[in-house]
This record gives sequence, C-alpha cells and structure tokens, in this order.
Amino acid sequence: MPKDGIGASTKRREDIRFLTGNGNYTDDINMHGQTYAHFLRSDIAHGKINNIDTSAASEMPGVLRIFTAADFEEKGGIPCGWQVTDRFGEVMQEPKHPILAEGKVRHVGDPIAVVVAESLEQARDAAEAIELDIEELEPVLNMKEAIKDGATKVHDDLTSNLCYDWGFVEENREAVDEAIKNAHHVTTLELVNNRLVANPMEPRVAVGDYNRSNDEFTLYTTSQNPHVIRLLMGAFVLNIPEHKLRVVAPDVGGGFGTKIFHYAEEAFVTWASKVLNRPVKWTSTRSEAFISDAHGRDHVTKIELALDENHMFTAVRTDTYANMGAYLSTFAPSIPTWLHGTLMAGNYTTPLVYVNVKAVFTNTTPVDAYRGAGRPEATFQLERVVDKAARELGVDPAELRRKNFIKPEQFPYDTPVAVTYDTGNYHATLDKALEMTDYAGFEARAAESKARGKLRGYGLAHFIEACGIAPSNLVGQLGARAGLYESATVRVNATGSISVMTGSHSHGQGHETTFAQVVAEMIGIPADQIDIVHGDTSKVPMGMGTYGSRSIAVGGSAMVRATEKIINKAKKIAAHLLEASEGDIELKDGQFTVAGTDKSLAWGEVTLAAYVPHNYPLESLEPGLEETAFYDPSNFTYPSGAYICEVEVDPDTGKVDILSFTTADDFGNIINPMVVEGQVHGGVAQGIGQAMLENVTYDENGQLLTGSFMDYAMPRASDLPMYSTDHSCQTPCTHNPLGVKGCGEAGAIGSPPAVVNAVIDALQRGGYNVDHIDMPVSPSRVWSAMQKG
Amino acid sequence: MYNFEFVKPGSVAEAVAALKDEEAQPLSGGQTLIPTMKQRLNMPGTLVSLTGIPELVGVSADGGTLTIGGATTHAQVAAEATAYPALAALAGNIGDPAVRNRGTIGGSLANNDPAACYPSAALASGATIVTNVREIAADDYFQGMFTTALDEGEIITGVKFPTPEKANYQKFEQPASRFALTGVFVAKYADGVRVAVTGASEEGVFRWTEAEAALSSNFSADAVDGLTASADGLIGDLHGTPEYRANLIKVLTKRAVAAAA
Repeated sequence: MPKDGIGASTKRREDIRFLTGNGNYTDDINMHGQTYAHFLRSDIAHGKINNIDTSAASEMPGVLRIFTAADFEEKGGIPCGWQVTDRFGEVMQEPKHPILAEGKVRHVGDPIAVVVAESLEQARDAAEAIELDIEELEPVLNMKEAIKDGATKVHDDLTSNLCYDWGFVEENREAVDEAIKNAHHVTTLELVNNRLVANPMEPRVAVGDYNRSNDEFTLYTTSQNPHVIRLLMGAFVLNIPEHKLRVVAPDVGGGFGTKIFHYAEEAFVTWASKVLNRPVKWTSTRSEAFISDAHGRDHVTKIELALDENHMFTAVRTDTYANMGAYLSTFAPSIPTWLHGTLMAGNYTTPLVYVNVKAVFTNTTPVDAYRGAGRPEATFQLERVVDKAARELGVDPAELRRKNFIKPEQFPYDTPVAVTYDTGNYHATLDKALEMTDYAGFEARAAESKARGKLRGYGLAHFIEACGIAPSNLVGQLGARAGLYESATVRVNATGSISVMTGSHSHGQGHETTFAQVVAEMIGIPADQIDIVHGDTSKVPMGMGTYGSRSIAVGGSAMVRATEKIINKAKKIAAHLLEASEGDIELKDGQFTVAGTDKSLAWGEVTLAAYVPHNYPLESLEPGLEETAFYDPSNFTYPSGAYICEVEVDPDTGKVDILSFTTADDFGNIINPMVVEGQVHGGVAQGIGQAMLENVTYDENGQLLTGSFMDYAMPRASDLPMYSTDHSCQTPCTHNPLGVKGCGEAGAIGSPPAVVNAVIDALQRGGYNVDHIDMPVSPSRVWSAMQKG
Repeated sequence: MYNFEFVKPGSVAEAVAALKDEEAQPLSGGQTLIPTMKQRLNMPGTLVSLTGIPELVGVSADGGTLTIGGATTHAQVAAEATAYPALAALAGNIGDPAVRNRGTIGGSLANNDPAACYPSAALASGATIVTNVREIAADDYFQGMFTTALDEGEIITGVKFPTPEKANYQKFEQPASRFALTGVFVAKYADGVRVAVTGASEEGVFRWTEAEAALSSNFSADAVDGLTASADGLIGDLHGTPEYRANLIKVLTKRAVAAAA
C-alpha cells in the first residue's frame, strides 16, 4: 500500500502554491486588450426608475459603452434552479431576476447600469456622471408585515410578497397539532437564525472573453461549479450553446456556498465581451461583496417540542419565515424547505414532525445557501429546544438526548420526514464527547470560575446532516431543475502517470491531495503520480461541482467507478502480456501478478502497452487507457456528531469567552484525517462566528448597517479556542463505494447551538432567569438579557 | 480614489505653506484618510504629508512631562514612552501592527474619532496639544465627535503629557472594528484624579467628573461603587445600547483603578 493512500494525513499539495503566492485566481487572469466593468448599484432599498441618463457619462474619457436593462431586453433573467411546490399544490411565485434592474431597484446593491472603460478608474468616474431619476418607494423589510394584505410589493407583477407557504409533512399537520395539544409537556422557543455574509477571502471576479474567429465565449469566474454556470447562463440567460461556451473556475479562494450561484455579473461580462469584441473584467470590491453576494440564513422561527410523561419526544412543530431577499438566487427556494424540513427529526425517534415555511420577498440582498444551508437552521432550533426542555423538566440535557436517540440497532432508520438514515451511532459520539470534556469534572471547574467572579457554562449539541447530495430522481421530484450526480474521467498516460478530471471543484477543500490518495490506494502507485484536474468545462466531463459536503461522497465515488474500469481493462492487458487468464491477474502495490506464480508486470509496463499496442489483443480490446464514470448516489449521506462548548461569562460586561470546543464526529470512513480535521476547524470557526459575532443588520430604510468589517464582525484567531476534535466513531456509509459521508459543513452545523446552550447554562447556573438569547450572543445582548433575568 | 497631488515637505513652515491651498489636506499616518479616499468619500486636491518632518517625530521625557511629536507612530510611542507606561500600553493596543506602524498620535487627535483611544489619554492626563501657532489644553481641545479646536491649516506638532503617579487604560473592544466600544483612562496626579471616557458618548471623549471626585478622595475601585454613569447622551448602536455603555464606563473605571493601584 502506498504511504500516501487512504487514511494517510498527507500534507496538502496545493498549499505550496497557495502559500507562496503562486495560486492562479480569476483576478490574476489578464487578457490582451482587456477592459474593465464597473457596476453602478442602487443606494436605496426600493425605488421606481424614472430615467437613467448616460449621455454625459458616455462622453467621459476611456468609456467604451454604458449598458442598462434596455441592452438586455432580448436576454433572459437569471434563472432559479429549484421550484418549490407549496402546501396547497401550487408552484412558488417566481419573479424575473434581470441582469440589470428593470423598472425598479429592489435592494441596496441592485445593479442599475454598467460602465465598461479602458481602466477601472475611468469606469468609476463615468458611473458617477450617470444621472439617475429614481423615485423612492417604501421598503419591504419585515417578513411578517410583508405578507399581510395590502403590504407594499417587492414585485408588482406577483400577487404578494409570499414566495410560497410550504408544509411538510402536510399529511401530518393535524396529527402533530393533536399530539401537541395532548402532550404531557410542551417546550416552546421563538428565535432568529441571524443573516450572514459568507465573506470568502477572495471576492467574486468574472472575466468574459469572446473569440470572433470561432464564435466561442470563455468565462473565467470564481465558481464552485463551472458546469452549472455554463448550463444556467448558456441555456437560460444568453442563449449560447454549450459547445460555444467554456467556463473556467481556476483557483478559487473559498466559496462557502456563495460561489455556487449564477450571478448577473457573469452573464454581463460574457455578453459584453462580444458586444465590445474585447475581454471584459469585473472584480468585486469587499464593499460590493457585502451587498451583492447572496447572504445566508435569515430565518424567524417558532418551534414547539412535545414530550410524554417519560420525556419521550412525541411531536415537533415548527413555523419559519425564511427571507428570500429581493430575487430568487439559484438554489434559494430549496434551502428552507428540502434542506431544512427533512432534518427536523434530528437524531431522535420523534414520530411526528410538521414544518411550515413561509418564504418571503423583501428589499434586501438575495439569500441562498451558506455552509450547511438549511441544516444549521434545523439543528439550531432543534438542539436549542431540546436543551430548553431539559431545563424545564429538570433533567440532564445529555440524558434527555440519549433517551430519545435512534438506537444503533434501529438503522437503517426511516424518519417521519422522508429521509432514511443508513447508518449512525449517536450514543457513541455523545459518550465520546462527554468523555473528552470530562463532564463529571464540570462542577469543580464551575466552582473555580465562580471563585474568580465568572459564570461557567457547559453546552451540548448533537447534530445530523443530510449531505452528499443527492439522488437525481429524488431531487427532481422535489423540484430541482438539475441532476446531482458527479463525473470523473481517469486518463492513464503511457508511462503510467494519471490525470483525473473530476466534476467536483476544490476551493480550499484539498481535493488535489485527497482524491489522488484514493486512486493511489486503488492502484498502488505513489500519489505524486496522480494529478487532479478540475474547474474547466473544456477539460472535465459535465459535473455538478462542490457544495453540500458532496465531493468525496459523490465525486469520489465517480472517480472510484472510473478507476475500477481502468483496473479491469489493465488486467485484461496484463493477462494478455503474461499469457494468463484474466481471472488470475491480481493488482497490488502497482504490480500485476498471476496468482500462484512469480510472473509479474509493473503498472507502467501495462500502461505503455495500452498506448504502444505492439503485443496487444487488438481484436478484442481497444488501445488506450482512459475511462469515464458518472455516479448518482442512491441516498444522502448522514454524518452526525456531538459538539460541546465550555464558556465563561463575565457578569460585569456580558462578555463570553469560549474556553474549549470539542467535537466528536462520525464521518464514516476517512481519506485524510488531517484534511478532515481542517474542515472541522473551519466549519466550527464559522459556526462560532455566527453564534458570537456575525450579524447582517439593515436599518428601517433598508440600508445595510453592517456593510464593512468595521461593523460586521468576522471571527479572528483570537476569538477561537484550541479545538479538541475526534472522528474515531465511524459507521461507514452503506451505499457508496468508499463508505464516506462528507465533512465540509458539519462544523458550521453543530457548533452554534453548542455555544448558545453553553451561554444559557452559564447564566442559569449564575441565577439568571434567561432561557434564550438570539445570536450573535454579543456582550451587549448577554448583559441586556442578564438585566432582565 | 480620485487623482490628487502629493507633497512631502521637510519642515513645519513648508507644510503650513502648502496647506494654504484650499484643496489641500494634511496626511499623517493616513489610517482614516486613506480608506475614506479609497471609497471616494474624500477628494483632496493635494495631500501634504507630515511624516517627512524630523521635528514632528520622537518621544522625550523631561522632568514631569512626556513630549511626543505629532507625527510619531503608535508603535514608536509603545516602544519609547517608558516614562508613562499606561500611555505606552494604550498605544501598543491600538488596531493591529500595520495600523500601529503607520498611524500617528497627531493624526488620531486631529481626527478625534469618538471611539479612538488617544483622546481619552490626552484628556485624562490634562495634556497640552501643541500646534504650529499655539498650545491648547486638552479640556479646551476636544469639542465633540470629529470636532476639535484646531483651525483650518493648523498642524499638531506635539503633545505634552504630565506624567501621573498612577494610570491605567481599559478598552472594551467593539467586536468588529476593535475600536473602543467604551474605553476609560484613569490618571492619578498629586492634585487629583482624572477619568476620561472614549467610545461612549455622542459628544466624543468626556470626563466622568463624579468618579474623579470620588477617586480623588479615595483612589480605590470601591470608591466608584456608589456611582452610576448616566446613559443620557451615550451612543446606542448595533454593538451596544446607551445603558450598556453606561455600565461599561463604571466597570472599566473600577478595573482601571484596580490595575493602576
């Protein structure tokens, strides 16, 4: 077995170029004759466009052309990739999302016009000379007010601001109501899941390049899924056939969901490059990112948990208002529904669940998937309400969870929310985390904190996520307008080295290292003989990209299937060369041997024969060694874990210090433990960011108050503790070839409730009657809650 | 950023002359001015750099007075203001290393950001702001948010701090910007105690005179126990209510006194 195969903590090969400044990001791409686009964006939340006068601006130095909506009348809107059907059987309301604002501006940041000039400064200068006549309208901001009769509408051509009213499982609605009415105890919690901006280190960038000689377009863009962009933009927006459109997503500096979506700027630069017959570049500033990248979360929720006299959960009912923002971003409708409602059973045997979600249009930046996407929202409310129930009933929160957990012997487990968990062992991860944090010793630690005037708290959360998305036929029934398979081509070169073209896209995850480890393991050659190629529609087969913790579970499986085909063919060649029967050929450590003999051939000898087929069974076998596979999963994967946070609250100031953060995850089998740990670290950092620091805030006029890092608090290293992580509890996935579950989002899903549970625990132990604080649990919010409690 | 002219005079007299141009603005460390220019919120015709003037840079202690040149960086103050350790500590905790290596005391005091650290030290120390034309007592210098006694074209050449018997600065950071959500500087002199508060008031830095009186007769944290800072006129924003800031004023004052004593 190679030393850098499956299970080795191989160092990330891509880090050498990233850390030495040799990455090739989209903004590093500069074309001959390149021009620069600057977007003039709305500085008000809602307004009627009476006139846009570009005449003076067009005369400014260096200006090539100024575009407005009128230039895109023949083009489509930015499409939405998921159609949700509401609880009455009606499809959602789906407004047009124009490339540039048509008739109205609908959020601060909505693009009104674009100046393309010889230099960026010239484009900006000209944009300031555009004269706008925009009549300000009342902004729609509060979701509950927005769907009342007579409310001002974001989209005049829709019947209301309600995108959909979704119920799940609708047939259980009355049974759930009944169960709650008759329950021994009902715990109720109203909460806000705070709106976030993903803030990847690299802002979005797009470069459009039209080639007149062959009528081909190339778009370089900061995307997690170049093929999805090619499909959406080519087919629905610009009407460019796919063979004339290449989309390249080179090195991408973090995505976290917000680079999944197709954005107007991509379509603009692509089309404008043909209009001007010059390459067109747009690079987002950080300020633009705050108002134009799709935001995440933003749910307002009421959850009720019903328990019987034995403290068994009998029903969960949840009502959520989900903010869509001004337009439907690519996957926005699916996040509060199918990626959220299906998680409301959690780790528990709750027999009845009903989830109602009202999705609402507002005059704010569109909201879509952000690391975890729907699953953090589900986990937060469930793990908070379970904790609150334990406190109300005076029972140990860990014990209440344990009592209601699905038992190891119950898998596969059919939940009442449509999904079937294949494997899991929640008792094992909970026990592991309790042991790692010395649960028994907490009282002594709390006493020690108290002696120093501090309040110590212990917070537990247990989570489940459905990832490795997704079975295409299932998501098709649920409204997805895309398949969710993944692709891989394994190209073996004559001398035995290998290029793997994967439809997965790496933007920080380390695929170039971990995917190579898998192929190295299967063939038995060193991983440095294997290159992972991704991010270019002209190089890799049509793939769906990276999000939803799907890369190793779906993309990795496609790569395994293609590599199996390679090995099968190579064995046929080896059998011919060794004059043995194919069934007797074994491949181990890069050597083909004939069972029971000392005859062998090296990997490279067989691969050379495939391309120099002098002694080769040409009558029965094609030369060459290249195979492609498409893999469509038969189920989601279900990672789970127990997260424990220990905090200290300063009662004088309300400041919360996280003393320790412990994770015990079940990710199934693991390819590279170090990379997995890194994914958990990053996810927990973002989860702590949501719980403690980050919060998008609009004022009553729809102005973004948190439009820069001066007011939007990102987590910094000094805000985070040293983590204790564990992933030794492994129940491998039963339906994919590697037995893997995915680890990218777990940290961001499990950590927010652990943090808030710990803060509430600290306050209650300190004698404060506080049972909830909305995130972020900032010093001022904690202090204010303590004054009331 | 719009185009602008740039001059870097070698003396105060040349800088003063250059600033007579109506569209000229002085540039010291640029930690506020440059970001606002990048956002096109400020468009000076000429930037007059003050960082090439040797007489504006340096830290010196003489008798009971510490003098800092107007264009001295936070990092230099942190390293060299050994005669006034609380001031050195304050300077060493402004922003991050990049800010401390560029930002200057004169720039900070001239800008008078309501959440900046230096104004609290100047006011609590009863410092004297020295300009190219006059000397201004700190009590007269700070005139509200981003407002000072400086006239157009007047340059801060230095700041004179009487060194206290005891002093301490407590900053409670705003979670995003790491400016002072509230900061309290306490300085004890032979003739009394001064307490200055930054980050909290709609009017900028101010003295908490009740605490000064209590601490002047009994310099201990307990002396503040019976006092309540008023929330009237305090800032309420995303990061804290006026009441929260009022609480911080008292908590931080007690902590500063405990740390100084």
